[in-house]
Amino acid sequence: MEHLALDALAAFILLNAVIGMVTYVTLLERKFAARMQSRIGPYRVGPHGLLQPIADALKLMMKEDIVPRAADRWVYNLAPIVFLIPCVLIFATIPFAPRLGLADLNIGVLFFLAVSSLEIVGLFMGGWGSNNKYALLSAMRAVNQIISYDLPFVFAALIPVVLAGSLQMSAIVAAQQGLWFVAYPVIGQLGFVAFLVATLAAENRVPFDILEAESELVAGFRVEYSGMKFAIIQLGEYAHMIASSFLGALLFLGGWLGPGSDIPAIGVLWFLLKAMLVFLVVTWVRWSFVRIRVDQILAVSWKLLLPATLGLLLVTAFWVALRGGAGA
Amino acid sequence: MATVTFFVVAVLAVASALGLILKRNPIHGALFLVINLACVAVLYLSLGAEFLAAAQVIVYAGAIMVLFVFAIMVLIPGKEETGPDPRRAVRLLALPVGALLFVQLAMIVRPRDARVPPPPAGGSAESLGTLLFTDYLFPFELTSVLLLAAMVGVLVLARRRPS
Amino acid sequence: MVFAFAAAVAGALIWIPHLIAPRRLTAVKAQPFECGKDPIEVAEGRFAIKFSTIAIFFILIDIELIFIWPWAVLYRRLGWFGFAEMLVFLGILMFGFLYIWRKGGLEWE
Repeated sequence: MEHLALDALAAFILLNAVIGMVTYVTLLERKFAARMQSRIGPYRVGPHGLLQPIADALKLMMKEDIVPRAADRWVYNLAPIVFLIPCVLIFATIPFAPRLGLADLNIGVLFFLAVSSLEIVGLFMGGWGSNNKYALLSAMRAVNQIISYDLPFVFAALIPVVLAGSLQMSAIVAAQQGLWFVAYPVIGQLGFVAFLVATLAAENRVPFDILEAESELVAGFRVEYSGMKFAIIQLGEYAHMIASSFLGALLFLGGWLGPGSDIPAIGVLWFLLKAMLVFLVVTWVRWSFVRIRVDQILAVSWKLLLPATLGLLLVTAFWVALRGGAGA
Repeated sequence: MATVTFFVVAVLAVASALGLILKRNPIHGALFLVINLACVAVLYLSLGAEFLAAAQVIVYAGAIMVLFVFAIMVLIPGKEETGPDPRRAVRLLALPVGALLFVQLAMIVRPRDARVPPPPAGGSAESLGTLLFTDYLFPFELTSVLLLAAMVGVLVLARRRPS
Repeated sequence: MVFAFAAAVAGALIWIPHLIAPRRLTAVKAQPFECGKDPIEVAEGRFAIKFSTIAIFFILIDIELIFIWPWAVLYRRLGWFGFAEMLVFLGILMFGFLYIWRKGGLEWE
């Protein structure tokens, strides 16, 4: 019984941390984007706009919740919840410092990818349940794009797995004790870049945001959502993006490793710093590039990234075998 | 705790399977299928087959569901098929074939003890891989031929023919 | 446990606005969004088969990936033997992939 209570407490803390992180990461992104465009960004609410996310959350809660007449009520109303759950669930597998995480699973990386692939179910439910042409078309495009980029994403994530010889997140970090995987000549850098591009696409960020191309599809699959349901979808999207940033920091940037990381608190700081770095790179790309076409998006995935990451994986394997991987 | 989880998940699995069969709208059916497949994954997990559970979620709840949905969208979703059934004769076969399948299943399930002993090697990726890449090497390589056949088949069936 | 909490929080977040948000639903608001025009027809299907084709290719490579996962974990123990195994497996599959590519199966047209 005590064990159960501890579990519940840990889950409660994690969930709050995720929601808090998401709200403030939106502010970080807005500030960052504003600076890129020579603006100041949110400034009025609280000192330096620090209370802006809270004001936004309150505003979204006070908004009227509209359910379109044509919508499939059950599917429409359940979609945000179905969308949010996997996005939060993946955080449970991330260790934030040695022995500081909910579940350091044996199959950690695999679990992460399996659960995050469920995101498309909620996304499709939202697009189809709205019964709106734009929403449906956007959902179809989104699913198509996410599955196309899932493959290079997994191949890129497999490179550290081969190097570390484990799917356990903490073991992958431990294997980077000497040298972060991103520093491995050629393999590391190319793998990391492929991982970043696939992340961008899987999160439907510019330049891969055809699913919410404003000029043709208005706001994408969430066009019919308003108020808190819209907020929940947004929450899930950002949570997924942050989780992917954490995964990138874990797989390639050595997780919590850094000077003084023997102390858990400093390890957590390092990890957060690296994850935010990945997140800012993603944001930077978002505000710098233009949208590309559907056929180009698919071509980049199937004709470039997929063969490239596959080749890279084989090169990595060759290199590991050359260094006498057998028996190690 | 484990027993409670089992019964909750089992009831959910059966209920979603019924929903899949009884719902008229094919998209609703596909969504019920996702619930059903996810429940099966949880059952695998409770048996200690963690790799199988993850594979189930990735391949079935993720990929197969997308394929079903896309296939439904190629047809007219949400509308019922009308007009005479072109395959009436095939439909009549369903009952005897279904009965045969049921008998087979019953024969498989009956003689065994209800408590299945845990697999000797465990369900982790390591133990599974050790078997796969040593004892079952030939079937593993053969799988790739099967997948190759599927790839070629898709291309032949789905490609637009030059008119 | 996290699953239960996530579901509970999402449910609560949807429920809170029912208490504090205004509800003034009108017939116009309940229409499908269409940039201010009246919708011409409802959204329904008939999407091109190319979506399905991509989905099938995705599944095939996804299944292939399921085999690569345990291989990647075990690779250090398998050594050159594992490398050869995977080279044969991927070689056969990549032959199929190249065939699709050459035949134009990857074109989005």
